[in-house]
Amino acid sequence: MVDFNGWEMPIHYGSQLKEHEFVRESCGIFDVSHMTIVDIEGKDAKGFLRFLLANDIGLLNQDFDGMYSALLNESGGVIDDLIAYKLPSGYRLVVNCATRESDIEWIDSHKGSMEVTVSERDDLSMIAIQGPHTFDTLSNCFSSNVYSDLSKKRPFQGLQEGETLITTTGYTGEIGVELMIDGERAKAVWKQALLSGAKPIGLGARDTLRLEAGMNLYGSEMDENISPLECNMAWTVSLEDESRDFIGKESFKRKKEEGDFHVLKGLLFKDRSIVRSNQVIYFDESKEVKGVVTSGSYSPTLKKSIALARITPSHTETCMTEVRGKINKASIGEPKFVREGKIIF
Amino acid sequence: MNGISGNYKFLASHEWAKLEEDGSVTVGISDYAQEQLGDIVFVELPELNSEFNQEDEAAVIESVKAASEVYSPMGGKVVEVNTILEESPEIINSSPYQEGWFFKLKPVDIAEFDNLLSPEEYSELC
Repeated sequence: MVDFNGWEMPIHYGSQLKEHEFVRESCGIFDVSHMTIVDIEGKDAKGFLRFLLANDIGLLNQDFDGMYSALLNESGGVIDDLIAYKLPSGYRLVVNCATRESDIEWIDSHKGSMEVTVSERDDLSMIAIQGPHTFDTLSNCFSSNVYSDLSKKRPFQGLQEGETLITTTGYTGEIGVELMIDGERAKAVWKQALLSGAKPIGLGARDTLRLEAGMNLYGSEMDENISPLECNMAWTVSLEDESRDFIGKESFKRKKEEGDFHVLKGLLFKDRSIVRSNQVIYFDESKEVKGVVTSGSYSPTLKKSIALARITPSHTETCMTEVRGKINKASIGEPKFVREGKIIF
Repeated sequence: MNGISGNYKFLASHEWAKLEEDGSVTVGISDYAQEQLGDIVFVELPELNSEFNQEDEAAVIESVKAASEVYSPMGGKVVEVNTILEESPEIINSSPYQEGWFFKLKPVDIAEFDNLLSPEEYSELC
């Protein structure tokens, strides 16, 4: 068990590698109640969030649809990444736990005279169910209606069952759902999921799963000094509606036009030695620093050392780093390694 | 102590040394160490014929969590290396005292063995 921003959480329930493999092959269940849930309601909720978020919440048409977005500061750095959902009563944001206080302060400080209420939903637990057998597990935890409705959803959609919000989202690269659910109800679902064959997954496998999926971790791939352009999040910044003003818009556009920024890439290393965050990247033996590893680990699916790295844009297809005095070479590709159990790097 | 029989002694930094009948010394890490490290995914073993003093860094283990040094419990020359670990480092997790050995030494001073911790003394540290 470790202290994770005030939450006592397990790194693993036995073996991190076995948990990782189980999610890729079957079905894992994660207690992610540490995530911060914030509901934004009131007459001006939509206008407020269209200003606050870099992605355009106005594009969410149906209730329970969600989108991935950055929260930017004025200079275009990423304060946090989050998922925003449209609810019948307004909107819901799911933000990181490490940034909980600063996010809520930031959101509150921009309300101005707008008619919005901001309420943290610490009464809700959050569970993720992920892996190819997710729907088998769900069929044992929920009524057949819920199961059949959910199976028709695309990623980033959802539905409400009683007080429980179920969305087709996750942090593993597998099909799966996330549940925002009352604490007592969460315990019952957890037990039922285990009875139907799902296994509990700790923070360790959660990290290697998201790394293989090429998903960002706040504080590693991005922070308040990193632009969405440098952490593979530019696609989440919506410039379609030119009349929409949002925090960080001008800085983002300027940086994009100037074109002077690093990019996030995936690295697959030749040797098995593990490459970890903050190690520097060279393109050749001259050892001129061309970037830095933001996350690195052993990939249980590829059975190799992999990393995400922020590097100088280049056409070069290989790079290298030094591990204990030895060069470990890597091929450079898009920052994603595994999708739905298959190697895509 | 579970999992060991024969002449095992320990360093406080969780390495074991086993005195073999031919006078060589086999080296590995303790069950407690493998459990603390979690799944081991990479090992850097010493070169054959390399020489160490007692408590010199002799190998590196990487678990998913972190990299850790392995210190030689005794001074000597490396006469055999368990190369199977390079492809299957998980053996260290499943069999830390038998199949998961790292290397064998020809010791320079057998008296160093006597100065190591007995299994009982070592288990008090865990």
